[in-house]
Amino acid sequence: MSDRVIYATYDDDHTLLEGAKKLVADGVHITDVFSPFPIHGIDPVIGVKHTRMGIVAMMFAVTGLMLAVIGFQYFMIADWPMNIGGKPSFTLLQNFPSFVPIAFEFTVLFAAHGMALVYFLRNKTLPGMPADNPYPRNTDDRFTMEIRLSDNHDMSSEDLHAKIKQTGIVEIEEKDYVVIK
Amino acid sequence: MHKESAIREPLILGHKTYSDITEDVCAPIEGKAPRAWYIMFGVSLLVGLYGIGCIIYLLGTGIGTWGLNKTVEWAWDITNFVWWVGIGHAGTLISAVLLLFRQRWRMAINRSAEAMTIFAVFMAGLFPLIHMGRLWVGYWVLPIPNEFGSLWVNFNSPLLWDVFAISTYLTVSVVFWYIGLIPDFATIRDRAKGAVSKKMYGILSFGWSGRAKHWNRFEIVSLVLAGLATPLVFSVHSIVSFDFATSVIPGWHTTIFPPYFVAGAVFSGFAMVQTLLLILRKGMKLEAYIHTKHVEYMNIVIMVTGSIVGVAYLTELFISWYSGVEYESYAFINRATGPYWWAYASMMTCNVISPQLMWFKKLRTSLLFTFFISIVVNIGMWFERFVIIVTSIHQDYLPSSWSMFYPTWVDIGVFIGTIGIFFAFYLAFARYFPVLAIAELKTIVKISGQSYKDGTAPGYDDHGGGSDSAVPYGEVSPEVDTDTPPDDSIKNETEDNNENTDDSSGSNE
Repeated sequence: MSDRVIYATYDDDHTLLEGAKKLVADGVHITDVFSPFPIHGIDPVIGVKHTRMGIVAMMFAVTGLMLAVIGFQYFMIADWPMNIGGKPSFTLLQNFPSFVPIAFEFTVLFAAHGMALVYFLRNKTLPGMPADNPYPRNTDDRFTMEIRLSDNHDMSSEDLHAKIKQTGIVEIEEKDYVVIK
Repeated sequence: MHKESAIREPLILGHKTYSDITEDVCAPIEGKAPRAWYIMFGVSLLVGLYGIGCIIYLLGTGIGTWGLNKTVEWAWDITNFVWWVGIGHAGTLISAVLLLFRQRWRMAINRSAEAMTIFAVFMAGLFPLIHMGRLWVGYWVLPIPNEFGSLWVNFNSPLLWDVFAISTYLTVSVVFWYIGLIPDFATIRDRAKGAVSKKMYGILSFGWSGRAKHWNRFEIVSLVLAGLATPLVFSVHSIVSFDFATSVIPGWHTTIFPPYFVAGAVFSGFAMVQTLLLILRKGMKLEAYIHTKHVEYMNIVIMVTGSIVGVAYLTELFISWYSGVEYESYAFINRATGPYWWAYASMMTCNVISPQLMWFKKLRTSLLFTFFISIVVNIGMWFERFVIIVTSIHQDYLPSSWSMFYPTWVDIGVFIGTIGIFFAFYLAFARYFPVLAIAELKTIVKISGQSYKDGTAPGYDDHGGGSDSAVPYGEVSPEVDTDTPPDDSIKNETEDNNENTDDSSGSNE
């Protein structure tokens, strides 16, 4: 059986937020929200967990720092120590003050690019990917709630329609749910 | 809904709805370019091509075509490099530092300032590459296994730190800029009429759909990138200053260089942002978004950083005398009174005196005056680098080898050429990219929009209610309006406001 989905569209972020709170209090499960800009406060209402992108960045940062230190140890200490004005160059620790700038840069390089890459992969936003917002105006001035019937077994389509229509929508549409990506 | 103090001037003038913002930013991209754009782009491209011609001539002939000599062995190339890197500091500073400080006025200017940053760093990166003389072995700056034995690049050298700093700065700035661009490309994609533009913006927007989870990630990723980019901005120009500060040349061997260079970079970067934005806002009719208040804020930054630079100049002079080192003292006396006194005087006038005029509110809110000063500052900052670099070395320890530096046509051509390439890039950006951060501006229109602040927005009930509910998008069911009595909704909202105070203040970026 194919899944059905209701798209409820609002013309204001605040109306949608209020509507979402009301619907959730009524026991409706809202699958997702499409909006042209972040709606602050929507995440806890519809159950979007806090992202772990910060942890990703930290992990890449530590990786970058470690790689840099391994590189210094090999290039400048183990393989070919350089005597520059007699400055201490035979242990990593003694020579480390000279390596601080590159250690920092390499950490930032890894953290920023690693996090960006994970961000693109997790969002499935990559060059050439199809977009799956239900209406083109979702990137302009329309805010749409996606409510799947399979997530709301205990309610009939008519019940959901009746509840949604009480929340200041400007348009409502029910159709087959199609997975685009 | 988060409210902004009434005494703050609105950041968006007049009444703008969400779709007005989309319209205003997309109109120049979707419409035909004005004749002035073609003229400016054509001129920039011609100048840029001349510069590329000079670079090819330089590579074919050798560095000897520059006006360098035995004494002045480092001149315009490194001056131009530092000048461009300095200019390339404003964009990421605006988008990262001002994001961390939650300065909302950055939203109207960050996109174009970051574009400027990226193009300026391109131009800066060009100089060390061509300076190698053999462009095709540019990869030798990287620590890669090679056929010359155990020969590695020197990790103790500030020149290598520069390689890492500039390339990290460039790529991280591009990533930061592009992540912000994706939702706005999606806006253009969904409005595009032509098949080609739909396809192109479809690819550029990476299939962005604006899901709640994606916005959640977007905000954290932007915040973390801002956190990473902030120390990066300061590190890059500090490291550029190490190129000089770690040497033993009198006039270069100065411990105040890092903060002084960073302040100078911000100073010149903001000046270039002013030059470009004052033209852009007029040409693209964005006066409602970038108005006098934004210009004034930037002028205040110019005034503060200009004052820091002024203090640094005077400190250098004082310390050179106070140190009692005769070579150090001579370097500075020679700078101010020697054969290059005119360069020193230009630098002092442009960088120390001109920003002080910004103390007058009348002057710092005058657009014409700002434009004039922004050009003056850019000239002054070029002279600053020239003075530091050339005047410190042209009269060295051995009077018999004292000499002057005279640029050749190749020196001049390469420099002018990079300005042409820079403007060609910037004009192409203004034509095809959203020059304002559409999504970000929509988040502040109800907080900082003029009509919302003074309560004249039609249909706006001061509680964030829908403004165009009178204009139906599809069919509106009659029970929608009747079933929600107005008193209840207002009451609900006040309660919810109290509950959500932490949420909204924590995540209003």
